[in-house]
Amino acid sequence: MSENKIYLYPVWVRIWHGLNALCILTLIITGINLQFSNPGFELINFNLAINLHNIAGILLSVNYLFFFFGNILSSNNKYYRLKMKGLFKKMTVQADYYTSGMFKDEPHPFPISEKRKFNPMQKVMYVVVMYIFVPGVIITGLALLFPETIIQEVYTVSGIFITAVFHASLGFLISIFLIDHLYVCTIGKHPLKNFKSMINGYHDLSEH
Amino acid sequence: MLKFKSRTSAFSFNSLDMRSSFQLLLIILFLAISPKSQAQEKALAPENDLCLKCHTHQTFTFHNNLTKKEDKRMMNPLYILDKNHFATGVHAKFKCTDCHSADYTTYPHNAELKLEPLSTCLDCHGGDAKYAAYQFEKIDEEFQKSVHFQKSGESFTCSKCHNQHYYQAKSRTSSEVGDIVSFSNDMCMSCHSNNTKFQLINDTLKPALATIHEWLPNQELHFKKVRCIECHTQVVDSLSVSHNILPKEKALKNCVECHSKNSMLEASLYKYKNIQSRSEQGKLNSIISNKSYVIGAYQNVWLNNLSILIFVLTMIGICIHLIARIIKK
Repeated sequence: MSENKIYLYPVWVRIWHGLNALCILTLIITGINLQFSNPGFELINFNLAINLHNIAGILLSVNYLFFFFGNILSSNNKYYRLKMKGLFKKMTVQADYYTSGMFKDEPHPFPISEKRKFNPMQKVMYVVVMYIFVPGVIITGLALLFPETIIQEVYTVSGIFITAVFHASLGFLISIFLIDHLYVCTIGKHPLKNFKSMINGYHDLSEH
Repeated sequence: MLKFKSRTSAFSFNSLDMRSSFQLLLIILFLAISPKSQAQEKALAPENDLCLKCHTHQTFTFHNNLTKKEDKRMMNPLYILDKNHFATGVHAKFKCTDCHSADYTTYPHNAELKLEPLSTCLDCHGGDAKYAAYQFEKIDEEFQKSVHFQKSGESFTCSKCHNQHYYQAKSRTSSEVGDIVSFSNDMCMSCHSNNTKFQLINDTLKPALATIHEWLPNQELHFKKVRCIECHTQVVDSLSVSHNILPKEKALKNCVECHSKNSMLEASLYKYKNIQSRSEQGKLNSIISNKSYVIGAYQNVWLNNLSILIFVLTMIGICIHLIARIIKK
């Protein structure tokens, strides 16, 4: 490898990320199929969609544990530590770069290094998704998988109904994150460079 | 003349030979705080007292004219009636002799009485303007197409499902969907989970329901939350409850018939709830007090629109950014 490349994505992170991507994509497609099922329009047979959604959901949950404990046990957790002081300002600087700076060939305000894998916007986004949205969708999903564990009624509303609305809403927000995530990954010298990095583990610094 | 003496109920005044005024006070207090049971007892026709004196107890006593003694016997469990349950049924005010022979008023009952056919539902309900709203003729017409009639013919009487003593018009009167479901499914299960009753009209053993429904995800939840007839009948809009029970080959197996925006359940199970809640609580309240959730069938318009808005804005943002990148390049 050239000197301009740094090893940023260890094998376990890449395996987790790949499996996570596969599960999330399956869950989104089957989830849309279930939420908007219609006798006249079925992408996937309902029963098959239920089974695929359940299997992908369980895999995602196990894989999340892999991520959670992997992050605790390895040094990867340092990328997820948020320092609240000056965070909003840093995010504004990054947003300015995305909306204006990058079009004026200004240097990246928070270039990637071994100490900084994510820019401030990415960091906040990833922390929210990985420590709020994904655990939320897993907990509500597991509850729906074992509906007898859910409180039957909260005031006059079905407990399953509330859980399902949370589950679908979080699933939707994760889908929106995925669209943004995929698009932002195309920003760089070459649109596919970041995708290659997630496969071989090396990040090319020469593009900055 | 035969004299009947049944085992007296714990709170009847026959048991008031106790002297303690304290005990008397307790009994008065109990009767005062249980107006429901009093009301239920009052609802029964007084002419039934003679029959119910024996047929609500496990034992009965009668004067044996041959031995000239008081005889105490066990009552056949199948002939013991739950008086309170009977009082909640649609036929609570009926006299026993409205359906059973008037000759039953003497004891021992004449053995041949058992051979007499009982009045059928249509004997009373058919062709009567008073019951026109219930459409008994249409129900009969639908029932004759059903697998029950096709396989067993006339021997499959209404009472195989509708116990005349305890039947309640739950789907019309209950505001709880869960109540309607369990009442309806109990009717099916009275035979389909009881080989003895099942074999009254079949030579085979009852089908193994859990195995047959193995394909159904969350089987237990389905059995608890929806009626068997949701999938096993052909819905007829004009009827409150569909009576054309379909054979398993023709039963609904397509999940999306219920799990979709235009869920079939709206036309069957939830139609009672919808009609009732809309008239009683107004449309908004009926949405807020949602006591059930069906995947695919529940699509909130506001949440749907909000998600479309967020999705469209995201895509517009990305497109503008992408175009700007292409131009800059």
